[in-house]
Amino acid sequence: MKLIRRLLAIPLLVWIVATLAFFLMRAAPGGPFDRERAPASREVEAALQARYHLDESLGRQYLRFLAGLVQGDLGPSFKYRHHTVNDILAQALPVSLTLGWLAFGTALGIGIPTGFIGAVHRGRWPDWAGSFLVLAGVCIPTFVLAPLLVLIFSLRLGWFPVALWGSIPQVLLPTFALGLYFAARVSRLLREGLSETLRAPFILTARAKGLGEFELLLRHALRPSLLPVVSYCGPMLADLLTGSFVIERVFQIPGTGAFFVNSFFSRDYPLMVGLVIVYSALLLLLNLATDFAYRWLDPRTRHA
Amino acid sequence: MRPLAPLQNAPASMHGAFLFSVLTCAAVGRRLLQSIQLIQFAFLLALFAGCRPLPPADLVLHNGREPETIDPHLLTGQADGRIGSALFEGLTRYDPVSGNAIAGLAQGWTLSPDGRTYTFQLRTNAAWSTGKAITSTDVVWSWQRAVNPLTAADYASQYFYVENGEAICNGTERDPGKLGVRALGPHTLEVRLVNPTPFFLELLASRVFAIVPRETLEKYGDQWIRSPGLPCSGPYTLEFWRVNDRIRLRRNPHYWDATNVQSAVVDVLAGDSAHTTLNLYLTGAVDFIIDKDMFPTELAEALRERPDFHRYDYLGSYFIRFNTTRKPFDDPRVRRALGLVINRQRIVGRITRMGERPASHIVPDGTGGYHPPAGLEEDATTARRLLAEAGFEGGKGFPSFEYSFNAETKLHEHIGVEIQAAFREQLGIRMELRPLEWKTYLNNMSKLDYDLMRSSWIGDYNDPNTFLDLFLSTGGNNRTGWRDEVYDQLIQAANATLERQPRFELLAKAEARLLNVGAPIVPLFSYVGFYALDTNRVAGVHGNLLDEHPFWAIRRIPR
Repeated sequence: MKLIRRLLAIPLLVWIVATLAFFLMRAAPGGPFDRERAPASREVEAALQARYHLDESLGRQYLRFLAGLVQGDLGPSFKYRHHTVNDILAQALPVSLTLGWLAFGTALGIGIPTGFIGAVHRGRWPDWAGSFLVLAGVCIPTFVLAPLLVLIFSLRLGWFPVALWGSIPQVLLPTFALGLYFAARVSRLLREGLSETLRAPFILTARAKGLGEFELLLRHALRPSLLPVVSYCGPMLADLLTGSFVIERVFQIPGTGAFFVNSFFSRDYPLMVGLVIVYSALLLLLNLATDFAYRWLDPRTRHA
Repeated sequence: MRPLAPLQNAPASMHGAFLFSVLTCAAVGRRLLQSIQLIQFAFLLALFAGCRPLPPADLVLHNGREPETIDPHLLTGQADGRIGSALFEGLTRYDPVSGNAIAGLAQGWTLSPDGRTYTFQLRTNAAWSTGKAITSTDVVWSWQRAVNPLTAADYASQYFYVENGEAICNGTERDPGKLGVRALGPHTLEVRLVNPTPFFLELLASRVFAIVPRETLEKYGDQWIRSPGLPCSGPYTLEFWRVNDRIRLRRNPHYWDATNVQSAVVDVLAGDSAHTTLNLYLTGAVDFIIDKDMFPTELAEALRERPDFHRYDYLGSYFIRFNTTRKPFDDPRVRRALGLVINRQRIVGRITRMGERPASHIVPDGTGGYHPPAGLEEDATTARRLLAEAGFEGGKGFPSFEYSFNAETKLHEHIGVEIQAAFREQLGIRMELRPLEWKTYLNNMSKLDYDLMRSSWIGDYNDPNTFLDLFLSTGGNNRTGWRDEVYDQLIQAANATLERQPRFELLAKAEARLLNVGAPIVPLFSYVGFYALDTNRVAGVHGNLLDEHPFWAIRRIPR
């Protein structure tokens, strides 16, 4: 029941966000067709405004937008004039989603083992080595890390292509660059979580019962320790899936990140609003998924 | 057009991603260590699932930003124009060496003695990429489409030189059929001009005069350029277009000059990071960086020394606009005084540092063989005298004002600081800097909502008129509020003059008046372009003032 209620709230919230985006965009000075060169004549300008319905009242434009939205049509892009917003999303979103998923896997694939090892060997050298990596991962921003990786692995060593998207080697560097920060966060969360669990009375009981160390760690200690990681997964995934402006720019990846930033500067109202809708829906869905994963992992939250 | 290929192929990559997510979830469960190995496995699997590499192209160019439109009549950007020219041709086309107009779809033409009627002979072997012949009715229809205000072409103003072009564009003449162009036969075409227009053949090479396919346009509307089997009149056809990644072009087998089209498959990459573009070039993934904006200016000092970086003069000017409708800038003495204290050498030598030419004139040196007159050169004494005459002795009582500029690059701000210091030190007046976001900047410029504003203009064709007609009283690009009847008359008289030398003299007189009498603008320097090209690797690229490098002439040199 709760799931259905919350699912139903999503369209409502998305609608509110989309409405805000719609009106805020239009409040910004300058319009989509303001250029350095003046239009050839007033008629040319008027024809352009009429084609995109910018000559209508704001209310009518909003109703037109809602009518399109209901049918799943986000309208034409004002800047990329041979493409509709749906076209652009259909091309760019899978790229960002692929990159995001892979980076998510990288974050967990690196973060969980290092956090696990750090907690088990707390205070010894594997912990220190892991902590160092984590600190580096959290501190170095992507706009430094990505060019650094390109410099070392592409330009110096020649192992990977410097940019573009389309083959496996081209995917590895951006995935790593995007995932490392999140890997560091995951690692830290797990290390703290697991360290705390290992001090809990039920671990002592399990040990006293003669449970093997391996089974103890994986079966009893890990599951409750993953809770903070899981609650972080929702926002992390949303962050990753919606594309990264920096990574996409550095590696010239045709994802949504660049559109999100540029559509505002070029006053491409439909593209901007379309992206806001997709992002907010994604964010709300992932938050919901996180909550339910949490309930599944931790029986206490089910009865709260 | 072919559907999207690697990793953009949504179902394949989503399939991989789904598989991956299932395994990721499994990893979060119990069998952690085993599952981590599975993650790595899934990681690779997901990639293989989505990947089918593209067959390589014969030539890879980096064209700068993602094109907004490649409809030759609608496009305005330079990056867009290069692709527009590759797909659609007009009666003339750009010469790869000089950038001047040479015969395109027309093989020859004659001009009437009064200089107002051209008769063009179309090539009999001119054909669409579908194999169908291109005839004079195609030309007539294309031009009528471009000039029709409903098409909303920003460059429709280039048709104002053709009879009735302006009236149709302004809506005073409702019938585009009245445009001064008609078919005399399947391969003969007559064009009537308002005035003798010495640069008309140059204009014809620009994209807004390109020939476009009528049936496709009528069938597909706005989406025509992405329609399957798009008929093209130029040297290339469009194979596919991946937004923000690349456009792939394939040689048009029916192009009249197909044997001279050097590369069969050309990839035109799009991206907006100059550093990434440079890396692509340095590692050989890109053969030639064609767009001068893709030059990382921070690395200018180092890159300029490289043998594969070439500098060329470029048909563009950097200048300051005065809002002549605001006090005290409505007084030409004030405008001249301000223009007289700017040290251009310091700006190009210490700020821009790309080898720009300081210029007190708006038309760059060498434009169409014209010699621009000198404008206001640095002279602080005269400046102070003029300011005193205008009632601001030593800068006293001069209101505080703003210098507006677009703030995407630091360059404009640095130039602003330089000018600010000159005004303060030489004239004792205070100027504030006002950085603006691009659209706000454009909006303020067209609404005359500024005091002083950074500006620039890139010429459309190789003739001084492309700069000088900006400042006509009726010019939509004037944007200074300056109106001068004498200037208007000089420009009109010049453009009605057929002979080159007398015409240039009249234009020079007009320019001198613009710079030294009215002074609604103060030019600072002429632009330069840089392109990255290893001449051992790529042939067929020549620096020219117009920065036109037709794709059909470029080829990779086999190693």
